[in-house]
Amino acid sequence: MRVSIRTVLLAAAASFAAGSALAQTGEVNVYSYRETKLIQPMLDAFTKDTGIKVNIISASSGLEQRIKTEGANSPADVLLTVDIGRLEEAAKSGISQPIASAELDKVVAPQYRDPEGHWYGISLRARVVYVSKERVQQTAITYEELADPKWKGKICIRSGQHMYNNALFAAVIAKHGEAKAEEWLRGLKANLAQKPSGGDRETARDVAAGKCDIGIGNTYYWALMNDKEADKKAWADATRVILPTFAGGGTHVNLSGVVLVKTAPNKANGMKLIEWLAGETAQHMYADVNYEYPLRAGIAINPTIAGYGTLKPDAMPISKIADNKKAASTLVDKVGFDN
Amino acid sequence: MRNGLASRGAVRLWPQVQVAAFLIAFAIAALVAAPLISFARIAAIGDAEIWAHLAAYVLPVALTQTALLLAGVAVIATIAGAGTAWLVTTFQFPGRDSLLWLLPLPLAIPTYIAAYVYVDIFDAAGPVQLLLREIFGWRTGADYWFPPVRSLGGAVLIIGFVLYPYVYLAARAMFQTQSAVFADAARSLGARPLTLARHITLPLARPALAVGLALAMLETLNDIGASEYLGVQTLTLSVFTTWLNRGSLPGAAQIAVIMLIAVTCLIALERYGRRRQNYIGAVQDAAVASRITLSGRAGWLAAGLCFIPVALGFLIPAGFLLREVIARGLLTGFDPVLIRHAATTVMLAGIATAVVLLLGIAATLPLRLKHHPAIFACVNFATLGYAVPGTVLALGLLSPLVAIDEAINWVAASFGTTGVGLVVAGSGAALVIAYAVRFLAIAIGFMQAGFARISGEFDDVARLLGAGPLTLARSVHLPMMRPALWGAALLVFVDCLKELPATLLLRPLNVETLSTYIYQFAVRGNFEEGALAALLIVAAGILPVIRIVRYADLPPARSSLR
Repeated sequence: MRVSIRTVLLAAAASFAAGSALAQTGEVNVYSYRETKLIQPMLDAFTKDTGIKVNIISASSGLEQRIKTEGANSPADVLLTVDIGRLEEAAKSGISQPIASAELDKVVAPQYRDPEGHWYGISLRARVVYVSKERVQQTAITYEELADPKWKGKICIRSGQHMYNNALFAAVIAKHGEAKAEEWLRGLKANLAQKPSGGDRETARDVAAGKCDIGIGNTYYWALMNDKEADKKAWADATRVILPTFAGGGTHVNLSGVVLVKTAPNKANGMKLIEWLAGETAQHMYADVNYEYPLRAGIAINPTIAGYGTLKPDAMPISKIADNKKAASTLVDKVGFDN
Repeated sequence: MRNGLASRGAVRLWPQVQVAAFLIAFAIAALVAAPLISFARIAAIGDAEIWAHLAAYVLPVALTQTALLLAGVAVIATIAGAGTAWLVTTFQFPGRDSLLWLLPLPLAIPTYIAAYVYVDIFDAAGPVQLLLREIFGWRTGADYWFPPVRSLGGAVLIIGFVLYPYVYLAARAMFQTQSAVFADAARSLGARPLTLARHITLPLARPALAVGLALAMLETLNDIGASEYLGVQTLTLSVFTTWLNRGSLPGAAQIAVIMLIAVTCLIALERYGRRRQNYIGAVQDAAVASRITLSGRAGWLAAGLCFIPVALGFLIPAGFLLREVIARGLLTGFDPVLIRHAATTVMLAGIATAVVLLLGIAATLPLRLKHHPAIFACVNFATLGYAVPGTVLALGLLSPLVAIDEAINWVAASFGTTGVGLVVAGSGAALVIAYAVRFLAIAIGFMQAGFARISGEFDDVARLLGAGPLTLARSVHLPMMRPALWGAALLVFVDCLKELPATLLLRPLNVETLSTYIYQFAVRGNFEEGALAALLIVAAGILPVIRIVRYADLPPARSSLR
């Protein structure tokens, strides 16, 4: 009898150990709008920290549709994305579930998360200007000023329908209303040196080559060219970054963020990953590997990024930008911005 | 042939074969119909509100730019593709043997990569303009005029010179199997090679040219990477902006469906235009027309003309990639996962090519055996997968794939097994199906053109000798179609290697192809980091090119009928 009790106890202990081992390890499946290569270092560090294996696919569009169609069988646990418009849409499309985490609520300020917890911001980037060191003397500029005729033929920008510009234009609408924003967009269009095309790096390159004096681009591109990409260093050398502000406001920022999928088969691991991404290790990596602004307080901003000056994000609630996404796109069509 | 000689026409086939022919054709059409219908259902939700806006501001520009882009690419692809195919088939000149395998190679360069390369070279900060500034003492890119690469014109040139091999391969397969009888007759009447080309060779090759050109145009129409980067406002781009920015997937789906209908009408119109023409040579086992040797200046001129598209479409982009690979130490700092990605890519492309060819044969053979309007309609319908953008196809495929999985799960559950999951939608099978639906048009197009060139008399003779339909296909049709089959195999394989949009959205977890690997750099504006992967696509494409060229350059007298 004794023996059998001991056996049972041992067996129970063994199974408990096995069970806890299972709970500690396991997998998490990530669908991502951020490129695999870009976030792989963080995911690897997460696996090293937690023993949880991360499976990932990245795509440029349609992941919400894929998750939705896959339905109850979907392997997706976490959706990683950039752009506030996309985060809001993911929540609206019904594929998300609230992330309830006191830990996250401490780290992520209320303006950078969904009030109901359907998405959380993880890092920030700002849409700024790269100006020619030689031909532009100003050290400060407002977004409103970009439509000033004094810059006629001097500005370069990528397509007005690209999500980075879409969010910036949506912010202008949210700030000034549609009529004023249209006037501004027409002014900006009139100042363009060439038809919008290429990407933010081409914009820096065009400023460096003298095609234009001001290029509009995201914060991390310039820093990457300056610090990491020897062949593009010359473009960074010829240009300077100014953090523009709205007149009487701050700088336009956008988010990268996370969504917990409603049907997540590995919900606990998904939550672990999300909390880990807001943790110190990951936030350091967001700052120094990806050159983004970490959302967690007390994490040092990368020195090159810090060299742009102190970022004062505009105080307007970021969800207002998502609300005006469609209007911004419509406005781009209406003024023929890309034509 | 129990009925002996009387069987021709009325009772050509056993009933089982007829039924099988119908079933196969319907099944293949259904495969393509599934994603299209599921996408059309999204379009049917409708979005009347957005159309006023689209009609006022978006479509006028998009229609004009798309039409100009297509027209420009068509001109370049036809001249470069048919011209070079004619030169290498008609003449012997210095360097011809190398050009034979160089000419198809631009196929292996994804269009958007070519766009990045040419912008790097010719943009204001590129080496060409730097040199010009050096020479003429201009200070900045704003001091002088230089044709902008990021423009409609730039897109036409770049896309045209990368896509001409579609026309080249189709035209060459056709020129090669053209009977020498016409050529010899025309020559004996004193016709010079150009006259011969204009009046005999090109008109005879029209079905093939139409197929090749249609493929190149559809590829252009569905391009998104290159045109977006070069700032061309195409219809396809407006499908995406309508979906992602204007917030209307139904509106986007409607644009895509209307594009699909327009494309279908255009292709049908071309076929209608040559409905009464018969392209079958009277005698097909005659020797191929011997090549005329061009010596001296004429020979070098021919070599030079053929070299231009090779240089623009392949050597310059590939050379640029090679330079980046060396400059960035991508070989010394080799990313070992690339081997896995390359193996995955080649495996997927290989399986998909085999599937596509089998489906292509299965689709076109019944039509040969039994020319029934229903079969004809099914087979032509099955080519529509190529006429929609890859992402649209992928979106459309999601529902049918998941439906199959749900059925599998339901069956498994009834046997007491749960948690089977997404065995089709979540595996490589999804990609193979997507590639098959997308590239079936290539196989069908090449094979229809190939069949059109085989006289029905062969079938009759074979039947008289007692051959059943399978024997006929195996011993007569397929051997005679070898150039067309190889051409289709090459195109499908290389297209699978570089397929991006459907792969991005449908791939299983942790699966990366060479193409998606490059894309993650390109999307961050750093495509040069993917240079090695791009060259691996080229390398994977070169081997079949060389093999096919070796096969295809045999005179038809030896390679077709024995």
